[in-house]
Amino acid sequence: MYAVREGFAAFRRAPVLTGLSSAMVGLALFVVGLFGLAAYNLQLALTAIEERVEVVLYLRDDTRQSEIDLAVEELGGLAEVQGVRYISKRDALAQAREQLPEFGELFSEGSVNPLPQSLEVELRPGAHTSEAVRRVVETGTIYPFVEDIQYGQDWVDKLFVIRRIGAVSAAIMGGAFALVAALIIGTALRIAIFARREEIYVMRLVGATNWFIRRPFLLEGALAGMLGGLLAWLLTYLAYRAVYTWLFAIAWIPIAWVGIGLASGTLFGAVASGLSIRRHLREV
Amino acid sequence: MIKLTHVSKQYPRKGLALDDVSFEVGKGEFVFLTGHSGSGKSTTMRLIHMAEQPTSGEVRVTGYSSAAVSDRDIWKVRRRVGYVFQDFRLLPGRSALDNVAFALEVTGSPPKEIVPRAQRLLTQVGLLPRAGADVSDLSGGEQQRVAIARALANDPYLLLADEPTGNLDERATRGIMDLFWEINAKGMAVLMATHDLELVRSFSQAAVIELDQGKLVYDSRKG
Ligand SMILES: Nc1ncnc2c1ncn2[C@@H]1O[C@H](COP(=O)(O)OP(=O)(O)OP(=O)(O)O)[C@@H](O)[C@H]1O
Ligand SMILES: [Mg+2]
Repeated sequence: MYAVREGFAAFRRAPVLTGLSSAMVGLALFVVGLFGLAAYNLQLALTAIEERVEVVLYLRDDTRQSEIDLAVEELGGLAEVQGVRYISKRDALAQAREQLPEFGELFSEGSVNPLPQSLEVELRPGAHTSEAVRRVVETGTIYPFVEDIQYGQDWVDKLFVIRRIGAVSAAIMGGAFALVAALIIGTALRIAIFARREEIYVMRLVGATNWFIRRPFLLEGALAGMLGGLLAWLLTYLAYRAVYTWLFAIAWIPIAWVGIGLASGTLFGAVASGLSIRRHLREV
Repeated sequence: MIKLTHVSKQYPRKGLALDDVSFEVGKGEFVFLTGHSGSGKSTTMRLIHMAEQPTSGEVRVTGYSSAAVSDRDIWKVRRRVGYVFQDFRLLPGRSALDNVAFALEVTGSPPKEIVPRAQRLLTQVGLLPRAGADVSDLSGGEQQRVAIARALANDPYLLLADEPTGNLDERATRGIMDLFWEINAKGMAVLMATHDLELVRSFSQAAVIELDQGKLVYDSRKG
């Protein structure tokens, strides 16, 4: 009871400083929140791309049918492979015509067809890993009649790199804000302790436990941290709405992540005050 | 209940504030601690309250030893030993009742018992009629009574009083002394620091310990 009352009293006593602590925690978590938003959507995109990852083997025009049949059988025998489809030059042209109507006018029936024949290797669901892709690619390169192999791996790799860069910059920026937040929380605490030094003195005198004396300050820090978490939630949500409205449709992060963010803000506030409380209490 | 054995206290850049002091205070005893200004009375009190550690020797208080007690356990000593300061150390801007209630609240008394108990304590020190007054508006003698009520809040075994009558006139002094005797009659030990030898002489039933420049020079129980 005492702790709750006094913990809240700090906001009345030093609203600017406590507000600043919250704002800093909020900014730190906002950076993390932005990254989370980006990472989550990137993850969604990656999964979508990975689902579609197919390995396509382009074959030379002079490949014999028996060679093609053998390759279809061998590739189809791989554990990761769902099925292998043969696309003849004619099929390729038909596909191209369908997707790009201008194409059809360029190559009328009978003229030379420039499109290669190919084998489309479809991976089993759940086998869209880079190892699986590599196995298929390795098998494919063995055939002398395979001219070229294409797969989505380039894209996947690039997205992973982007995500790693994002994670590192979010960690650095978030860490910097968190540090500033910790310093400000320490200062706010020092002022709160100073404002209550007479009470603290009497509490010690009459035999209050250390835990009892510290509790309001821990609570104050936790409260500032939680407010910071709420602020970060709001900012991240606004950023999400802005991107969604003006740029492109993205998904909102899972609510569990929001919960984790709020909890870590609260915990951060409590830990930050816990760390500086002992030192400042000794000065009283 | 209190036992000091070969206790010395050295402050930085000072001579010895206490020099090889040994004495005891037993259950229910009333003991005066006398000596000139600067002889080490307050230092002794602070050591017993474990606000400070002796440089050498051991202070034992109700089962706790200065050599072994940890910062986390000091509150247990504080609840067994009430301390009345010369300058009261009350919280200004709060009523007499609030000051006593504060001590009960921060030591974990059940919320429902706090106000009735604080009122009973103020009754005991004869200050109930002034319970609602801001302590800053009370007279020295009245403030002293609030400080005593607060020191009694946790039913201590021992009451330490540092110059409790230092700033009071003769009548107020007698009132406070009567109160201490009353408290002592109920079985609580009292150790009172004072340089008022007149006062000490007028209570010949009490034991007397005298300090001089940090040394124990007289203990009435040892002759
Ligand atoms: N915190 C301290 N730092 C340095 N010296 C101190 C400290 N506290 C007390 N002393 C010194 O120790 C000696 C004993 O002081 P103490 O306060 O115990 O005396 P006292 O008997 O209570 O005196 P008084 O009757 O004036 O209250 C004094 O010389 C004092 O200057
Ligand atoms: Mg003194």
